[in-house]
Amino acid sequence: MGKIVYMDNSATTPTKSEVLEEMKPYFTEKYGNPSSIYSLARETKAAIEKSREKVAKVLGANPDEIYFTAGGSESDNWTLKGIAYANQNKGNHIITTKIEHHAVLHACEYLEKHGFEVTYLPVDEYGLINLDDFKKAITDKTILVSVMFANNEIGTIEPIAEVGKICKDKGIYFHTDAVQAVGNVPINVKKMNIDLLSLSAHKFYGPKGVGALYIKKGVKINPLIHGGGQEGGRRAGTENVPGIVGLGKAIELAGESMDSHIERLTKLRDKLIGGIMKIPYSKLNGHPVKRLPGNVNVCFRFIEGESMLLLLDGMGVCGSSGSACSSGSLDPSHVLLAIGLPPEIAHGSLRLTLGDFTTEEDVDYVLGLLPKFVKRLRDMSPLYEEFIKKGEESCTAKK
Amino acid sequence: MGIIYFDNSATTKPHREVIDEVAECMENHFANPSSAHRLGLDAEKKVKVARERVARLIGSSPEHIIFTSGGSEANNTAIRGVVSPGDHIITSKIEHPSVMKTMQFLEKEGCEVSYIGVDSRGIINMEELKGAIKENTKLVSIMHVNNETGTIQPIYDIVKAVKEKNKRAKIHTDCVQSAGKIKIDVEKLGIDMASLSAHKIHGPKGVGALYIRENQALRPLIYGGGQEMDLRSGTENVPGISGFGLAAKMISDDMEGKIKHVNEVKSHFIDRISEIDGAVVNSPADDFHLGNILNISFLGVKGEVLLHALEDYDIFVSTGSACSARRAHKNYVLPAIGLKPCYVESAVRFSFSYLNTIDEVDYTIEKLKTILSFLRRIKK
Repeated sequence: MGKIVYMDNSATTPTKSEVLEEMKPYFTEKYGNPSSIYSLARETKAAIEKSREKVAKVLGANPDEIYFTAGGSESDNWTLKGIAYANQNKGNHIITTKIEHHAVLHACEYLEKHGFEVTYLPVDEYGLINLDDFKKAITDKTILVSVMFANNEIGTIEPIAEVGKICKDKGIYFHTDAVQAVGNVPINVKKMNIDLLSLSAHKFYGPKGVGALYIKKGVKINPLIHGGGQEGGRRAGTENVPGIVGLGKAIELAGESMDSHIERLTKLRDKLIGGIMKIPYSKLNGHPVKRLPGNVNVCFRFIEGESMLLLLDGMGVCGSSGSACSSGSLDPSHVLLAIGLPPEIAHGSLRLTLGDFTTEEDVDYVLGLLPKFVKRLRDMSPLYEEFIKKGEESCTAKK
Repeated sequence: MGIIYFDNSATTKPHREVIDEVAECMENHFANPSSAHRLGLDAEKKVKVARERVARLIGSSPEHIIFTSGGSEANNTAIRGVVSPGDHIITSKIEHPSVMKTMQFLEKEGCEVSYIGVDSRGIINMEELKGAIKENTKLVSIMHVNNETGTIQPIYDIVKAVKEKNKRAKIHTDCVQSAGKIKIDVEKLGIDMASLSAHKIHGPKGVGALYIRENQALRPLIYGGGQEMDLRSGTENVPGISGFGLAAKMISDDMEGKIKHVNEVKSHFIDRISEIDGAVVNSPADDFHLGNILNISFLGVKGEVLLHALEDYDIFVSTGSACSARRAHKNYVLPAIGLKPCYVESAVRFSFSYLNTIDEVDYTIEKLKTILSFLRRIKK
C-alpha cells in the first residue's frame, strides 16, 4: 500500500497490540458465557469485573457505576431516552448544544417528536458554550443537560466542571458525551459533578463494538436494551467479553500514559497548526488552547475539503473533512456552521487528528504536502482567481 | 479427555479462523468504514463481504441485513421499532428474556400484549394464536427455536395464519438459536424480521444482526451517524462483523453434514440416557426438535448440583438458559410446557455443536452414572 500516515484518530484509532493480546485468551480458552454458573464462565465474569474497576479508576467513579455497552452511540441513546422516560413525571425539558455528536442530536430529535422539549445551546466562534446562556435556559421542567466533553470535529473542550456545578446546584442530571475526551483529557466524574458519561473503546486504542456508560449511583434511568439480567439488570445481552477486556486494558494504558500522551500530542499538534497557518487564507477552527491534544481542524479558503482529502489520500495521508460519520454527506458540518463559518468556507475544512502512533516525521511529511496541494487546488479555482483580482477580505476577517 | 463443552446454546467457542480474522481486522483493517480515505474504504469492504455472508445464511440479500451488538439488541430493535402505544402485540410464553422483558416494558408504555401458550412439546397453540389476532395487531414475535427445549416452531404456518387474518401485522422471529442449525429461508418463511447472534455459531461475542424485509418500516433504537442504512448508528464493529461473516460462511458450508452429525450425537445421547434411571427427556422427540438442544430432568437431583458435579470432570452444561442461570427459580419456559416443579428443578440442558463427538457423549454418560449413583446414595 506504500506509505500511510494515519491522521484520522478521532474517527477511530488502531487497536494497540497489548490490547489485542489481552483479548485473545477470551476468544480461545475463556469463551464461556459470563452468565453461566460454572468455572469456565466465572473466569469471564471476573474479567469483566476487573475491566469495570479499570474504567472506574480512570474516571474517578465506583466500579458499580460503570455499565458496558456496544459503544458511544448506544451510551448516548441510552442516556437520552432512558433519562427522559424515567423522569417524565418531573419534567420534559432537555438542554444540549448545537455541536453535539449526531448520536445525541438525533436522539433529541426523536424525543422532540414524542412530547419532550429540547433547547440547543449556541456556541461562540471557538465552539464554547456560554454559561450565562446555559443558566438562562434552565426551567423547572429541565430534567437533563447533555453537553459533550470535547467536540469531535474542532476539538474544543467545554467547561464541563462549571456545567456540572450548576446542574448539581439545580438538581438536574448532567450527562457528558466524553467519547473524544477519554484518554485525552483528565476526567474525574465526582469532582466535575458528572452524573452520566459516555465513552467508546475504539477512540482510545481499544476494540470497536464496545463502550461504557457511567451512571452515578441513584440516577433514575430506564434500560435501552431489555432482556437477561446482565449489567445489573440495566443492559441486556451476552457480554462481549473480549471487547470488555480490551476496553479495560486500553483505558488502563490511557490512564497510565495520559500526561506524556497529552504533552507529546500537544507539541505535534501545535507544530502542525503553526505550519499550516503559514499558508495564506487558512484558518484554525476551534479554540487555540482549550482543544483536544491531537485535533487539528483548519479551513483553506477557495478549496473543497473533499478535493484536498483526495490529494492527501493519494499520498497515503488519511484525514477527514468533518467527522467520519458525516463525511459521506455533502451537507456542511453542523459544528462549523454553529461556530459561524459560512457554508462555502465550512466546505473547505480539513480535520487531521493525531494519535499515539503519529510521529514528528508524519507531521513534517504533511506540512511538506499541504502548501503544494493548496496552491494546486487554488490555481484551479475560479473563486480564487476572482478573489485575487478583487482583493477581498480574508477568511479570518469575519471576526 | 479435555474439556467437553455441552453448553453451545449459551455460547460457542469461536473458530480459530474466526479469531484470526478478528485479529487481522484489528491489526490491518482498523479504520472507520465511514471515513472517506482508502483505509476507510478497505474497512467498508470487510463489512460488505460479511453482510453478504450473513444474508446467505438465512436466504436473504445484503440490503436486508443490519448489524447490531447481538441478539438482544436485535430483538429490542425489531420489537420496539415497529410498535407504538395503543398497538396490540402477540408473542409466546416461552420467548427469550430479551423479548419477554421488552414486552413487559411495552405493556407499561401502553401496548397490549397477548402471550400465547404452548403444548407439552413447547409448540405454539395455533387456535389460541388465531383467536388472538386483532385488527390493531401490529406485531407478532415468535421465536424459531426455543433456547431451553430446542422446540422448533412451525413458523411458516404461523405466518400464514397471521397474514390471513391481518395482512399488516409484522412478523418477527428470534432466530438466535436456529440460524446455522437448521436451514432458514426468510423469504420462503415470509417473516418480516429475524434476529441473529454471532456467538451462537462459533463467531465472536458482541455482534449480531437483524434481517428486515422493509427497511422503511423500522424506527431505530440507536440514533446517530446513520450507519447501517440509518437503522442502527454507531461505528461499525468491523472485526466483530467480519468474524461473524466468516462464522456464518463456515457454518453454511456443508450445513447438512453438520446437522446430520449433531443429530447423531443427540440420538446417541438419548439412546444412552435410557441406561440411567430417573432420567426424563423433556425436549420433544420428533421433527419439532432441534438436534442441538437436549433438556433432561434427573429426578431427585437438583440440576445445579449435577452441573457442578459434571464440572469436576470438565463437562460443561447448563440449567435453564445462561441468561437466567444466575437468577434461580425464575424459569418460565419449562413450567409453560407443563413440567412439574420436581422436573424443572432437576432439569439440565445439554446443547451440542457440530464439534462435539460420540466419544464425548459416552464419556459424559459414564460420568453421569457415577455422579448420580453417588448423589442418590447420599440422599437415601
